Amino acid sequence: MGAGRLGAPMERHWGVAATSASSVREPAPGGPDGRRREPLRRRANSASAPAVGASASAEGVRRDRPGSYSGATSASRQRVESLRKKRPRKCPAGRPSVSPCPLPVAVFPARRQCPRSVVPVFPWFGLDIGGTLVKLVYFEPKDITAEEEEEEVESLKSIRKYLTSNVAYGSTGIRDVHLELKDLTLCGRKGNLHFIRFPTHDMPAFIQMGRDKNFSSLHTVFCATGGGAYKFEQDFLTIGDLQLCKLDELDCLIKGILYIDSVGFNGRSQCYYFENPADSEKCQKLPFDLRNPYPLLLVNIGSGVSILAVYSKDNYKRVTGTSLGGGTFFGLCCLLTGCTTFEEALEMASRGDSTKVDKLVRDIYGGDYERFGLPGWAVASSFGNMMSKEKREAVSKEDLARATLITITNNIGSIARMCALNENINQVVFVGNFLRINTIAMRLLAYALDYWSKGQLKALFSEHEGYFGAVGALLELLKIP
Amino acid sequence: MAECGGSGSGSSGDSLDKSITLPPDEIFRNLENAKRFAIDIGGSLTKLAYYSTVQHKVARVRSFDHSDKDTEQDHEPPYEISVQEEVTARLHFVKFENTYIEACLDFIKDHLVNTETKVIQATGGGAYKFKDLIEEKLQLKVDKEDVMTCLIKGCNFVLKNIPHEAFVYQKGSNPEFRFQTNHPSVFPYLLVSIGSGVSIVKVETEDRFEWIGGSSIGGGTFWGLGALLTKTKKFDELLHLASRGQHTNVDMLVQDIYGGAHQTLGLSGNLIASSFGKSATADTGTGLSPALALGGAWRPPGRLPSVLLLPPRVLQGGHGQEPAAHDQQRHRAARLPVRQAPLLGPGVLRRLFHPRPPRHHAHHHLQHQLLLQDPNQYSWEENYAGSSGLMSSSPELCPTQRPRSGTFDLLEMDRLERPLVNLPLLLDPSSYVPDTVDLTDDALARKYWLTCFEEALDGVVKRAVASQPGSVDAAERAEKFRQKYWNKLQTLRHQPFAYGTLTVRSLLDTREHCLNEFNFPDPYSKVKQKDNGVALKCFQRVIHSLDALGWEERQLALVKGLLAGNVFDWGAKAVSDVLESDPQFGFEEAKRKLQERPWLVDSYSKWLQRLKGPPHKCALIFADNSGVDVILGVFPFVRELLSRGTEVILACNSGPALNDVTYSESLIVAERIAAMDPVIRSALREGRLLLMQTGSSSPCLDLSRLDKGLAVLVRERGADLVVIEGMGRAVHTNYHAALRCESLKLAVIKNSWLAERLGGRLFSVIFKYEVPAE
Repeated sequence: MGAGRLGAPMERHWGVAATSASSVREPAPGGPDGRRREPLRRRANSASAPAVGASASAEGVRRDRPGSYSGATSASRQRVESLRKKRPRKCPAGRPSVSPCPLPVAVFPARRQCPRSVVPVFPWFGLDIGGTLVKLVYFEPKDITAEEEEEEVESLKSIRKYLTSNVAYGSTGIRDVHLELKDLTLCGRKGNLHFIRFPTHDMPAFIQMGRDKNFSSLHTVFCATGGGAYKFEQDFLTIGDLQLCKLDELDCLIKGILYIDSVGFNGRSQCYYFENPADSEKCQKLPFDLRNPYPLLLVNIGSGVSILAVYSKDNYKRVTGTSLGGGTFFGLCCLLTGCTTFEEALEMASRGDSTKVDKLVRDIYGGDYERFGLPGWAVASSFGNMMSKEKREAVSKEDLARATLITITNNIGSIARMCALNENINQVVFVGNFLRINTIAMRLLAYALDYWSKGQLKALFSEHEGYFGAVGALLELLKIP
Repeated sequence: MAECGGSGSGSSGDSLDKSITLPPDEIFRNLENAKRFAIDIGGSLTKLAYYSTVQHKVARVRSFDHSDKDTEQDHEPPYEISVQEEVTARLHFVKFENTYIEACLDFIKDHLVNTETKVIQATGGGAYKFKDLIEEKLQLKVDKEDVMTCLIKGCNFVLKNIPHEAFVYQKGSNPEFRFQTNHPSVFPYLLVSIGSGVSIVKVETEDRFEWIGGSSIGGGTFWGLGALLTKTKKFDELLHLASRGQHTNVDMLVQDIYGGAHQTLGLSGNLIASSFGKSATADTGTGLSPALALGGAWRPPGRLPSVLLLPPRVLQGGHGQEPAAHDQQRHRAARLPVRQAPLLGPGVLRRLFHPRPPRHHAHHHLQHQLLLQDPNQYSWEENYAGSSGLMSSSPELCPTQRPRSGTFDLLEMDRLERPLVNLPLLLDPSSYVPDTVDLTDDALARKYWLTCFEEALDGVVKRAVASQPGSVDAAERAEKFRQKYWNKLQTLRHQPFAYGTLTVRSLLDTREHCLNEFNFPDPYSKVKQKDNGVALKCFQRVIHSLDALGWEERQLALVKGLLAGNVFDWGAKAVSDVLESDPQFGFEEAKRKLQERPWLVDSYSKWLQRLKGPPHKCALIFADNSGVDVILGVFPFVRELLSRGTEVILACNSGPALNDVTYSESLIVAERIAAMDPVIRSALREGRLLLMQTGSSSPCLDLSRLDKGLAVLVRERGADLVVIEGMGRAVHTNYHAALRCESLKLAVIKNSWLAERLGGRLFSVIFKYEVPAE
């Protein structure tokens, strides 16, 4: 799960040149790296972050990431500047950028230049190292010629075989076979895209494996995003002799979503929604055509939660976030029920009854609170019944798991609703691994959004919920815009 | 879980709860005169309010009917004093834990003598739950009111009537509590009510408000989860436990995800990325002590700020370098369509964010219910003597160590006879702060003044006893007064913010309230009577000698007379010692005490220059002491102004405080002077000299709470000069007050510590003449 970073008004805009196709075609190992990949993306410097919607003046306070010009000449810098100026901002001036808890915006250091040829050498990986889970996407080329196969070094072959012939790696790594995207064309190569995840605490083992399998001899580039790209960078270098190409996680996330949605899901729709979410009988999962994605509110529920308002493929901002996310659900469940896996927590939740744990409006008012239009079934105080000894003794672990799930989900839904209201956006896409196999949460989000917005808001979901960051990292490797 | 031993001591708290005995004198005061009741029963706390009439003694002065017979007889006082009974209205608010509700209802039933009403207004979730119990115990019909409406109306009421109600809490700063002066208009504000759950309401006017959102993650969640995850089951103890915990053991921080890189990235590594995110991972899961970590992670808002107010300027405020949300409410508030408004639990507040939890938050629901019959036509004043003030919000203070009475929070508000408003001449009412020194801020000054008031206590007690020679229980009551005020001073030593910003004024006012409490309405009445009599006898002599002087000499003599008069201040120990030991100490002696020019603050030349110009249209003068001060200092000065063609409004206190001249005394004094002096006589008759009351009973002066009649008159007459006299009114308060017209602030510093602080010596003179910038 990607770490939900909190806070800051990050009005960030997609770099142009950095991801343009032309720069991909630019040849030359050995050329000054900066020429090929201008580190265009900047973030608002929160210390002097412009207040509400000061987008017009925002330029003035942005600053480049420290060291991001390593290797770049001042000429390229100028070019970048001029390019950027020509590009009109999509975000209308004066749009309020809601930033409740301005926090030091992540100012990422130099994007290390990743040496590469026109089409990078195999293997092609995209890595997203979150707070809880590592997401790895791997492109398996299916159009390998005999000649190529012959030239393929042993280590590369073994990686390919190892990843594609197994569905589990070690005791914790899992390949989500059902998510595999078949017959994809990437950079002129045909192949399958595999989706693999393992817990972040197994990162050292993963790096060790890279060392054992002598990854460094492949001269490949590891494009990695998520906080772990920073945390484990040194380990990759010293243990695995691997240079990470670190990428911003929100950039990757959006790139990944847009790309995956565009290729579909093996002929099916990637995006879906729920009809009659509150009714177990009639509830239906239906495909949604995200043909006109903008504007879009993107709610990424990893360990924590980030909420982005996306106005075009290269114009988005982080609206807010909360630390109450998937990690909170799982962590609390572990403490409250003694469960040890996310699956177990969800399974327990599916059998519990949260109304024994939560204090509802009707528990307080005897019915609806009409003065403010609050229905009696609405939760007034999460875990509010647990103040009382008798009620504590009457609840099961399943009830507690359910209440935890409902609390976290309701809260995210309610924040998302207010964001959507504020940003005047009515498509809300929920992604992130919190939603993996989590129909309860998805249906609740769908229902709550619909109910509280009186039908104005639509909750959308995506099949590859947690993998978009990793996909974005892979695309960056391939320079696919 | 070793530290959970804390909950062991908690169990002893349990046994305490079950056998409570109510200290009735302290808690349900004046219950026998209670007229109407209202109750707000929340998830954990009950707030009971009642409206009572209070009978207390007041000293009245009255001219002798036969005064024209032979007034100049040596030993006859200039007027008579009688002590009378007066009935005023009071609101009482009592807050206690729901555990005590039955005991409290029983107590009320037993003590309820006579109420006018058959109904008790009730609100809050518990109003449903306890309806039958209340109806059975009190024999009153429960009439349910909407909780949010009550909350908002109550909030408006308190904000309007208690100047230091809202405060900003900044953890780690000194003082941690910073009270906000109320703005003339409190609207619009955002009200975030954190009870079991959270409601966010936009309040636009007295009657217009809108529920914007809420969260089910509130106090109940903290309590419920805390009870599940730890062995501690009580709210206060959970808070206490949380204060000792380390949330970073449980929460996944940015640095946990980014490693050390957060520093180079410019991120604060302490931001929480995922609450409880660590408790799931295998490596920390085992050694974890959730008991200690929970609270920190959850950042309970605590019992204290159960209402946060976000004033308009904060709502508009930009974002600061605020660490990420610790608690989710902050995010919620931030998303309000109105404006961004982060709000937070204790521990994460910063400069830019000013959530303002009013001190009496928990009582807010109630006021409105009681006020339904009493619309906002009155002004009210907190009675410091009957209010328990702000208890420490600090969970570090273990709840079981708290004195028992701490479980009952009290607030009393007295209805004032007349509505209070801003002085129309204030330059900027919204930024006006009466007090010169904030003793919550200034530790040195606080220490000095607290000690000073402690040392003066004996004298006050003695004076109180002496003022009621005929009373058999005067000594006993005086002793009770001593105890009460002493306790207040001790509370303030430890919690300077207990009653709002601590100032010399609040210390003085508290003392007056405590004196009233024990039926010493006017301990100085006899002293004032005597002083007035003596001074009146000197009046004509003083006028003769002034009239003999040339114009310029006379102006200086008048000012010196004002200053010398101001030496006669029984509130100042340096003076009262002299006055006690030397009964012959008089006007001339006082003049000799004065500092020679140049004075400590000396803009006399400028003033003299001004006097050579055209006369003022109308002067507003705030008088200070009885006796020499008002009669030989102020009246000659007034007389000179009148002779120049300036109208004069002479404003005196409505009620007694120390030996300050009261309005009713001033009427008699003026009448007596008029009998001697044609200038004063004709001015009174023609309405060029007007005696008014300030609406206050304080030795200090709050220009934002003045009698409405006075304010109206000031506007009508077009006052263009304000004269403020005396240490209490011109130094402790209003020294920095900016007015829209010319002002004269003069005082004699009768306290060597203060004099030294200001760079002078005892009896240094402040003569501050100010002309507003064009």
